[in-house]
Amino acid sequence: MAKLIRMDKTGHTTLAEWTLDDQGAVDVAVRAFREQLDAGYYAVVTRGEGHAEQVRELPLDAGTVILRRPIAGG
Amino acid sequence: MLRETAGVYWRPRVDERRLTLAGRTWTATTFAHTVPWLAMAAFLLYLEPLSFPLAIILIAHAWVIPELYAKRGANVLRQARRLGAGPERTALGLLGDLVGHDARELHGRTGLVPERGTLGVWLVGEMGAVLVRPGGRRVHCYCIRVAEPDLPSADRIAHLLLALREDEVGFATVANQAFSGAPWRLVRRLPARARPAVREVVQRARVHS
Repeated sequence: MAKLIRMDKTGHTTLAEWTLDDQGAVDVAVRAFREQLDAGYYAVVTRGEGHAEQVRELPLDAGTVILRRPIAGG
Repeated sequence: MLRETAGVYWRPRVDERRLTLAGRTWTATTFAHTVPWLAMAAFLLYLEPLSFPLAIILIAHAWVIPELYAKRGANVLRQARRLGAGPERTALGLLGDLVGHDARELHGRTGLVPERGTLGVWLVGEMGAVLVRPGGRRVHCYCIRVAEPDLPSADRIAHLLLALREDEVGFATVANQAFSGAPWRLVRRLPARARPAVREVVQRARVHS
């Protein structure tokens, strides 16, 4: 089962879980994904060891999609 | 490409040449902050040995300024305020899923996560990261953080780690450079907890070269 999680002050929060054959769960995940991007989060998918990719559409085949906040020079 | 680079559009993207140039500039700056003071102290002593109190002040000046720069570099690996045990534990679980066994073990001991990149070996902390260049003779300390005050420490590291993995060059471009110099200068100014982590990534960078 794929997961959409957001890193936040609780550690992380699972916002949605879906499987490709459950269209209702997919719709909920896509909606949650869009809301988080609109709220300023960036979505990242890990792509093997040492690699990650930022995505702007929910990759339904990904295992875990992580939402992170922007970073800035301190 | 890291989206955050749009916020620093005026900065050229970091590359090998720019890193080398930045390192040389830091060395030249250290030289300029040290040698004139030492030369002045020696000259004073040559002119009048009784001027030694002033010479000592000049020598102290030559010593303090590079130390302050190194301390500024060490600050990028400092720890942020801790949240409650629950969020910290949850965040640690996610970070543990992102890294391998060796990195988990090093994080458990030092609170820092190593990450091999194309520019060298990185050591990622909560408030910044240190890049050890191939060969292990120079470190670049970068101050970079998440714009969210209430995050568990492992989530802070996970944020930086994911951004680093997305675009290493972009990560180094967005970050503010706090120090560059020999690893031993940095290690001396670090808390005891963080020193083994820097020594370990320096060792990895030697193998990496």
